Amino acid sequence: MRVTVHVTRRPEIADPQGKAVSRALADLEYHNVREVRIDRTIHLDIDNDDPEEVHYQVDRMCAEVLVNPVLEDYVAEIHT
Amino acid sequence: MTAAVVVFPGTNCEHDVVYALGLVGIESELVWHRETDLGRFDAVVLPGGFAHGDYLRVGAVARFSPVMAEVRRMAEEGQPVIGICNGFQIMCEAGLLPGALIANRDLAFICREVEVEVTDTDTVLTRGAEVGQRLRIPLNSFDGNYVDPSGTGRVVMQYVDDPNGSQGRAAAVANEAGNVVGIMPHPERAMEELLGSADGRVLMSAIAG
Repeated sequence: MRVTVHVTRRPEIADPQGKAVSRALADLEYHNVREVRIDRTIHLDIDNDDPEEVHYQVDRMCAEVLVNPVLEDYVAEIHT
Repeated sequence: MTAAVVVFPGTNCEHDVVYALGLVGIESELVWHRETDLGRFDAVVLPGGFAHGDYLRVGAVARFSPVMAEVRRMAEEGQPVIGICNGFQIMCEAGLLPGALIANRDLAFICREVEVEVTDTDTVLTRGAEVGQRLRIPLNSFDGNYVDPSGTGRVVMQYVDDPNGSQGRAAAVANEAGNVVGIMPHPERAMEELLGSADGRVLMSAIAG
């Protein structure tokens, strides 16, 4: 089963990479870009066809290693 | 006192730390990250570098190295546990210290001497210094920007200027007991006047108590 985990930086945490890209876009005269945030996407292929079990496993993996709750939130998308 | 200096794949400051500890009379031994018994040591240092390539997030993979269970035990037992630069990042990922370290505000790899001020001397790293004492120590990091949404991190050293955007200008953070300290600049590289500064000695020697 394929899973996509969208890891986003929490809104209150600064995103220096997004800021730098935002400045570059302004230099290119794209003055209507209010904010840029750059996130991480993790693609997993898990050998299990039970969506419920996969969801449980992905949540555990996110809590253990894939996501740092101090900095990040995540949404796991299971492709059935 | 004998200190363990942990070597992860990608650690690159371990020899500097051993040298620096030796200069202040602390014996130390390099320990591979797969070690599962640090019972013969009285202190542990996680040196700088790029443990496990810093993949995923800085320190995120190192946190699962087998040696970390022993590092945690020593932290809980009140023994000195020091993380320098990448070691500080690993300790945050491991939950030994609150907060996390993200990319520097200006996305620059900072490699220069900075001035830091000791703000709290009730820790195993700062107990030889005085509150308000200023030290010149090299900073050498890309992810040196400390963030702590919980606000519980105890800032024990502050940058005099603000090189990287760290919350509270934090250069070093300690746990409540003061035996676990993470520091972003490298005191082990400020041990000889000949090389620019010996201000790191007051910190490294404090580890011995």
